Order: sequence, then structure tokens, then C-alpha cells
Amino acid sequence: MTRLAPAALWWSLAAIGFVLLPWHMQQDGLGPASLLAVASGDPEAASAFAQALRYGRWWFWPPLLALALAAPAAFGAGSRPARGAQLAGLAGAGLALVVLQAWTIGLRGWTMPSLTALFGEMGDRQFGIGAGGALAGIGLLFLTTEGLALKGRFGGDRFVAGAVGLIAACIALFTLWPVAVLLSQAFAAPADVSIAGAFWDRLAGAKIWGIACLRGGGACGVAWNTLALALATATSCTVLGLAFALIVTRTRFPYKRSLRLLTVLPIITPSFVVGLGLILIFGRSGIVNQIAESSFGLNLGRWIYGANGVWLAQTFSFTPTAFLVLIGVVEGVSPTMEEASQTLRASPNRTFRTVTLPLMLPGLANAFLVCFIESLADFGNPIVLGGSFGVLSTEIFFAVVGAQAEFGRAATLALILLALALAAFFLQRRVVGRRSYVSMSGKGDAGLPQPLPAAVRRAAIAVAVPWAALTVTVYTLALAGGFVRVWGRDWTPTLSHFARAFAIESGPSGLIWTGAAWASLFTTIKLAAIAAPITAGLGLLAAWLFSRQRFAGRTTLEFALMLTFCVPGTVIGVAYILTYNVPPLELTGTATILVICFVFRNLPVGVRSGMAALSQLDKSLDEASTTLRATTWRTLSRVVLPLIKPAIVTALIYTFVRAMTTVSAVIFLVSAEHEMATVFIINRAINGDYGLAIAYSTALIVLMMLAIGAIQLAVGERRIGRRQAAPAAAPALVAGASP
Amino acid sequence: MTGPNSTAAAPPLLAATPVDISISGVNLSYGSNHVLKDVNLEIRPGEFFAFLGPSGCGKTTLLRLIAGFNEAQSGEVRVGGRDIARLPPWKRDVGMVFQSYALWPHMSVARNVAFGLEERPLPRAEIARRVEAALDLLGLSHLADRRPSQLSGGQQQRVALARTLAIEPKVLLLDEPLSNLDAKMRVQVRRELRDLQQRLRLTAIFVTHDQEEANTICDRIAVMNDGVIQQVGEPMELYERPANRFVAGFLGTANIIDGRMGGQGTDRRFEAQGLAPIPVPTTAPEATGLMFRPQDAMLDDPSGPDVLTLPGRIAQREFLGGTIRYVVSCSGREVLVDRPFQSAMTALPVDTPTSIHVPRDRIVWLTA
Ligand SMILES: Nc1ncnc2c1ncn2[C@@H]1O[C@H](COP(=O)(O)OP(=O)(O)OP(=O)(O)O)[C@@H](O)[C@H]1O
Ligand SMILES: [Mg+2]
Repeated sequence: MTRLAPAALWWSLAAIGFVLLPWHMQQDGLGPASLLAVASGDPEAASAFAQALRYGRWWFWPPLLALALAAPAAFGAGSRPARGAQLAGLAGAGLALVVLQAWTIGLRGWTMPSLTALFGEMGDRQFGIGAGGALAGIGLLFLTTEGLALKGRFGGDRFVAGAVGLIAACIALFTLWPVAVLLSQAFAAPADVSIAGAFWDRLAGAKIWGIACLRGGGACGVAWNTLALALATATSCTVLGLAFALIVTRTRFPYKRSLRLLTVLPIITPSFVVGLGLILIFGRSGIVNQIAESSFGLNLGRWIYGANGVWLAQTFSFTPTAFLVLIGVVEGVSPTMEEASQTLRASPNRTFRTVTLPLMLPGLANAFLVCFIESLADFGNPIVLGGSFGVLSTEIFFAVVGAQAEFGRAATLALILLALALAAFFLQRRVVGRRSYVSMSGKGDAGLPQPLPAAVRRAAIAVAVPWAALTVTVYTLALAGGFVRVWGRDWTPTLSHFARAFAIESGPSGLIWTGAAWASLFTTIKLAAIAAPITAGLGLLAAWLFSRQRFAGRTTLEFALMLTFCVPGTVIGVAYILTYNVPPLELTGTATILVICFVFRNLPVGVRSGMAALSQLDKSLDEASTTLRATTWRTLSRVVLPLIKPAIVTALIYTFVRAMTTVSAVIFLVSAEHEMATVFIINRAINGDYGLAIAYSTALIVLMMLAIGAIQLAVGERRIGRRQAAPAAAPALVAGASP
Repeated sequence: MTGPNSTAAAPPLLAATPVDISISGVNLSYGSNHVLKDVNLEIRPGEFFAFLGPSGCGKTTLLRLIAGFNEAQSGEVRVGGRDIARLPPWKRDVGMVFQSYALWPHMSVARNVAFGLEERPLPRAEIARRVEAALDLLGLSHLADRRPSQLSGGQQQRVALARTLAIEPKVLLLDEPLSNLDAKMRVQVRRELRDLQQRLRLTAIFVTHDQEEANTICDRIAVMNDGVIQQVGEPMELYERPANRFVAGFLGTANIIDGRMGGQGTDRRFEAQGLAPIPVPTTAPEATGLMFRPQDAMLDDPSGPDVLTLPGRIAQREFLGGTIRYVVSCSGREVLVDRPFQSAMTALPVDTPTSIHVPRDRIVWLTA
């Protein structure tokens, strides 16, 4: 044996984490000095081993002991299964002990009153986990999976075992745990009220469930607002999306290709751009209001601020999403079924009503639910246009940033939002599960798509074309707003907003980026660029694991991952600040938390493109490689990855783009040091500085278009189009596509 | 290059020391679907063995179990005496040719063939030598730089074979490797396969549901149905002495008459409804039916003393070219009789009363 066995490698890594590196987080990062953590005079800068040895932090002894006992097995003594059992047991125990100490001993000693009662005051404390702790955790995790593989689990395949361990740990750490913390916060109570009482008060409050608006006075509760808005948006988007899909797939409408371009819009634009556009048209000083005022003396008022406006904006924003899903559905209806109906003497109208529509019904329901979930999770449009019309996502935000910082209330609201999203998600899974007969078409499935009945065609065109025109107008005006001095009052064309945002001056020591936007733009690009490869890698790994490997607990893990995708962004945002504000993982305010947020918000993109690509790759291609003596990892790198290269490029760029345009979760996580472009824009818009907000949005959109254009070049437009049009690949995953 | 059988300059691949495969007590389920039921098999070293059975009976599943892609709930698979249950696919000395060939489209033919050797890894010169030998063995040398998409179906099939043989596996698994070829190609390639297997002295398993394919190239066949091995034997043996109704019916056409044994000692006889009791020797098994092949029966020609006679009437006749197939109705049963075609004059017309005669030694007693 010349190479170090993987088990020995992981063991050494864990040992370094325990013995050499400072266990806890260091204020000023990791310098070369901190490598002396064994000998450090400051307990907080010492390694776990040193802390246990010299500062009486006894709780590090048990995991250290477990690691020491695992050494013989890690360095290869004994038979494989025996070694495996030892490694899995000891490293697993070590990992559990590390987690346990981190969880129970915090800033003020024991984290739970019951523990204090049991063991007495701790008299010591610890900060968040740092480099040493992280390394030790990672080492122990993979040592455990290595042991399981040696034992014969996961088909004896260490790569699969490790991948499963990694993904399970990620989901546990960055989704399940924060959501659990959120739950516990919702139940936390001020000292003088009982827990259930406090929770009940918050849950059942009139601000959430009130129905005053039905009786004619006052406002309805935010839960009802959210539900009604989501239903309205989903309905209008599905109808419009269907009209578009029918035109594109079943008519000879001359501008079909341009219609398809609409589907790119929601990807490249931050969700609030539509809201800004609507304000510039229908707002107090919007074009329409101005014209009505000057020519007819009419005051149209502020109708756009509120439910109407948000609904309109969401319909603009999410119709392309419904369109995308429904193109696949309409294309999935096999023409031969319609031909069969016509040979049985059914008229085109009757065929459409009795065959085509029923076949599309599950697909329509899917599109409806996708839009429903998008609307629930939307934050950008309601915050820009909502005014006094509150929905759950904005209410959560105001509870957190408001003067009282009511985390309990935020958590409760987030819980309601989460419940709604989960309900829609489960409904969608059931609908998609029954969807199978749409695509039930074998190879001999030729046949030409039937043209639409004239009445249906006319209706579809009458609905879709004006809407498309309106969409283009809204976007154009939204962007035009960046080029006039003060919209509605002073129409002088100007580039001053761009100058304010993106000014560059040349100083004595080179260029000075004086524009207001540069700092946030650079941070956003940097963090999105860091997040993109991680997201794509993790997503593709998960896709590969779930579509290619069979292992115990696969369905559970897959399900947990799907759940991750359907947690609305605002919920994740609140859960993250609640969770990572305090040890053991003190990540709030760091760039790390933003990267993690990007990764987990955009993981569906990676998983979806991976699933789509892998489903087109015959499984025997990788099996052939394994029979030729290539290990799983070698097979992945030599056969699978080269064959799905287009999917990798696509996933990389889309995750990058989406990280740049996302709002809902990051708005909770930004700090003065790490400001995000979208959050910067929203803050400007909230303060009424539309000029700068729009100029910045324009720059972002152009940047995103360049990025998307780059994929078109790299991968070829047709392939992307087809892949997007196929909702069948992982339909439920679409649900997580919240902005 | 002349053809797959040419022995050209490059040194030939090593002839392996053949290994045996022993499968015992294997059970495998997909969820609640019990696919392999207590499978026991002994495959001899250097044997060309076939799994034969109807679609969905578990042939592929059993093959993939040997390759390492499926895990059995119970039972043991030994290759060359070694239990391979815990070995991942890449550690088993097993080569597999996939029905779809599974050639990697992003690599040239030569790179495809070199893949397994690079994984070992072997020195470059050695890899080049063996790739050349493998391509040469299958007459592919002139195609080395092409991509798989630029090859015909038959050529792709040979590349897949070359790629597998290059690693000199001890066992060669073939899952319906001929099903993508046209009829003529199929006959040619299966001869080549047999020839290769003999020269390299490989233990090979061939999965098919085409009995002609299995009969022509395999030493022995395991007939499977519904996850259960029905019978193992040489092709002719299976045809002549099927162990049960399924094998009798699956391999060729069979007339089966259900009944039961009665009487004792010298008085033993087979009784079936609407049939005179047939005396049977004491050595005959406790049969529940008898079987004979259509071509073993005579019409109106009781020559030879030891015959079973069934009276009946011609219900239908089918002209098959060299033979005529009569469907004879005998007391509610339909019995098939094939007679050589001599002339239209001598062929019996429909509705003629007749009697069927089957020599005793052509009768197979069925116990299951
Ligand atoms: N991955 C799987 N999950 C569940 N059931 C499966 C799976 N693969 C095969 N089966 C079932 O197991 C049974 C045996 O399948 P197998 O592929 O071994 O059949 P086969 O004999 O090779 O058939 P064919 O001649 O059609 O290839 C079938 O009933 C099939 O439906
Ligand atoms: Mg098969």
C-alpha cells in the first residue's frame, strides 16, 4: 500500500481538527498564528485537545476518546466488515458527541434550564464552532460513511456512502435544523404567559385571520390576504399560460418564437422589476395617471398600491412560469389520441373538450399549484406595491425589522406560510403522481398535432397577444424609468441615475469605484460566483444519487430534499437568522451565510438540470464502465460528467443568475458589510428613489442577459428549450422555484 | 483486415483459465415483487450457458446479480469458488455486454476499448498493445478512430464485445446481445461469438428469449419461468426430455394430455378422460400427464407393436411447406400431428376420421 487509505485520510483530518486548529470561531479569522492552537494561552483560541487538557473543558474528552479508539480501524487493522463496524460505531459516536456538546453548551453555559437543574451551573461557556470544529465534524462524518461502506452498506461503495452522508448532513444542518428552531421560537413565550397561550394568541390573532373586510369595514387578516392573492394569481397565470402554450404548440401564429422568449424574463429579472414598472405606469405619478389628469381632469387615485397591484404584478411575473410548465403539458398530449377521437367522428371542438382538455387537466393543476406556491413565496412585488395590503411574507419581514423585532410573531407567521406551502406541495405531488397518462406514448407515436378549433384559437390569441404586448410595455417602461430625471414630473432624458450608481473616477492610485452600486454589485457577483459551483455540484450529485443509486433511506432523503425546495424564501430567511445568530454556528453577518442561502435556495436548479440530463443518459453507459473496473467515482468523472457537460454549464449559469436576482431570503441576511444588489435596489425603491433603483435593475438585467446568452452559445438554444419544456423530469421540483 | 477470425500481427488475448459459477439458494425481490425464487445453478468452467425464458421471468435480473448491479436478499453467488456478494462490480472479474451496447459517445472506438485497461491501470504501451489485439480480434482495427455514432449496428456490437474482452474477464455476460441486429447479421454474429468464446476459453452466459439462438450456440440452457429455474440441460436433452409442461411447451410444440396414474404393480396404467387406460411399466413415474411432439405421431399407420392409439377426426390442416400440420380432434382434445408433405393427393382432407399412433418410446411422462 503506497497510498494512504481514505479512512486514514479522514481520520487524520479529524485529528487535525481536534488537536491542531482552534476549535472555536476566531474574531479575526484564521491567521498563521492560530495554527499554534495546541499551545495557545487563550482558551478561546485553543484547539479542543488543548482546551480539554489545560482549561478543564472536559466535554471534549469523550469525542477525543472515540477518535483515538477509531485509529486502529482507520489505519487498517482487521477484516473489512469488522473494521467497518468499528469505524462506523466509533466515528458515528464521536460525531454525535461533537453535536451534543455544541448543542447543549453555549454562550451562557448549559443551553437548557433542565440541564442546569440537573447538573448545576456550568461555570464555563463556549462560542461558535470554528475551523477546528468544522474540520473535525467533516472528518468524523466521512469516517462514519467510510465505515458503513466497509461494513457493506451502500453496496460497499464508499463514494455513494460519502455522497449520501454529505447530502443528508447538508439538509439536516441547513434546512431541518433551522425549521426546527423556527418551530421552537414560535412556541417560545414571554415569562408571564403560558407557552400554549402565547402561541395561540399569535396564531389566532385578528391580524392574521380577521375577516373584517368581508363585512365591509377594515382589513382582512394577512393569512386570508395571502391565500386569496395566491388563488387569484394562480388562476390568472394558468389561464394566460395555457393560452400562450396553445398558441405556441398548436397554431401557426407567426410570432411564436418571440412568445417563447417571454419564458426567459422571470429568470433574468429580479421579481420586483414588474412592480416598479407598474408604479411607473399606474402609480401616483405614473404615465396613465398623468394623462388622465391632464386630459380629463380625472384623479385615478392609488388603486395600484394594494391587492390589485400585487395581483397584477404577480400575474406578469409568473405567467411565464405557467407558460413554461404548460408547453410541456400540451406537447405531452399525444396527437394520436386526438386523431383516434376524430376518426370516431368527434368534431374538433368536441375532441378538444372531451379528449385534449381532460388529458391536460393534471398538467393544468400542476401549473396552478406551481404558480400558487410562487405567489405565496413572493416577496419583491408585495413589498414594492403592497402598501397597506399585507401578505405573510411581507408581514414576516416587518415583524423582524420593525421596532419591536418580534421574532416570536415572525416565527408564527412563517409557520403559517410554511404550512400553506407544504399543503400546496403535497397536493402538487399527488397531482403530478397521477399525471402519468399524459406522457404515455410509445415510440410509434407519430401523428401531427391537431390544429386548435377556431373558437379556441381565437380566444387564446385574443387573451395572449394583448397580454404579451402589455408585458413588453411594462418591462420597457420599467427600464425607461432609469433614463429620465424625475418620472412624472421632469421628463428630461438623463444618464444621471446611472452615473450615481456606476460612476468611476480615476484617482492618483488607479480607478476609484465611486458609484453607489459598485460595492453591492461586486459583493453579489463574488458571492454568487462562489455559490454557483457549489450549488451545481451538490445539485448534480443529488440528482445522480437519486436517479442512479439505490440505497436504504433513499426515499426519505429524496423527500427531505424536496421539502427543502418548497420552504418559502422568507421562511428560510427568518429561520436562518434565528438559528445562526447564536452558537454553535454563528454565521449571521458573514458572507458564508449568504453563500449557504444561495446554495440552498437554488439547489433545485442544479437538481433539475441534473435529473433532466441523466434521464436522457442510458443507465447501461455507467454500468458498462463499472464492469470495466472503474469505481463509482471514476465512472462519474470519466463517463457521466463528460456526457452531461451541457447540463453542468446550464446549472452553473442559472444558479449564478438566480443568486444574483433573489430577494426573499437574503433580505434577512444581508449586513452592512455584505450588501446584496437586489436588497440595495429594494431599499432605494422603498425610499422612493426609483431612478437609481431602475438604473441598477437595468444593469442587472443586461448582465443576466449576457450570462444567459453565454449559455445559448455554449450549449445551444434548442437543447435548453427542450429541457425547460419538459416538466416531467422532476415536476415537483418546479415548486421550489421561488424568486 | 479480413474479418473477425483473422489472426493478425498483434498478439492474441490471453486464453483464461476458465472458472465455474455457482449460484445457490438465491432469492431477490424488488419491493414486494419476488423476482428470483430459490435459484440454484452450477455453471461449468468454460461453458457457454444460456438463460432462456419468456419476457419478465427474471433473466436480466439474474445476470445483473452476477455482474453486481443487483443485490440478493438471500443466497450466494460464487465465481471460481469465491463468494462475490460483497464485491462491487468493478472488483468482479466479470465482463458484460449490454443489450444497448452502452458505448460512450464522447470517446472514440479505441478510447472505449482502452477504458477498462486504463482503469487498472496498465502501462501505456501495454494498453496500446491490448487495444490493438482486441480490435484485431474482432476485425475493427480500421475503425479505431471513429466515434460510436459513426458505426453500423453490427460494428457497434463488436466494439462493445472488444471493450469487454480487452480486460480479459473470467466471465462474459451477454444480455440479448443480438436483439438489435437484423436476422442475417444475427446468425453470423452468433457464430463469431461461439468461436471467440471457445478460443478464449471463457465462461459465458447468454440471455435470450429466442430458443433457436440458445439451441445453436450454447452448451447448456437453463429454462426459467416466473423467477424459477424449470430445468437445466443440453438443448437436445431439454427438447427430448422436458421436465415439466412449461419446458415442453416453451421449447417447440408439444401435445400434452392430462391424466393420472392408477392401478398397482403390473397393472399400472395412465388414465385420462375419454381415453382407454394406457398400461405403463412399473418404472414410470407418478405422472400427471403425457407429452409427445407432433412429428413423432403417425396417422393411420400402427406399424410397430408398442404404440399409443388415439381415434379422432381431422379438424383442420395447415400447410407449412415441407410438412402438413393436422389438427386432430380426439374426444374433445385437439392434438397436433406433423406429417411430411408428399403430394396434395395424399394429404387427408378435413373431416376424415383417423387414428393417431405414437410410439411408446416417444412419449414423455410429465410429473409437473
Ligand atoms: N428495477 C426494478 N424494479 C422493480 N421491478 C423490476 C425492476 N427490474 C425488473 N423488475 C421486474 O422484475 C421482473 C423480471 O425482470 P427482468 O428484467 O429480469 O426480466 P427478463 O427476464 O430479463 O425479461 P426480458 O426478456 O423482457 O428482458 C419483471 O417482472 C420486472 O417487471
Ligand atoms: Mg431482460
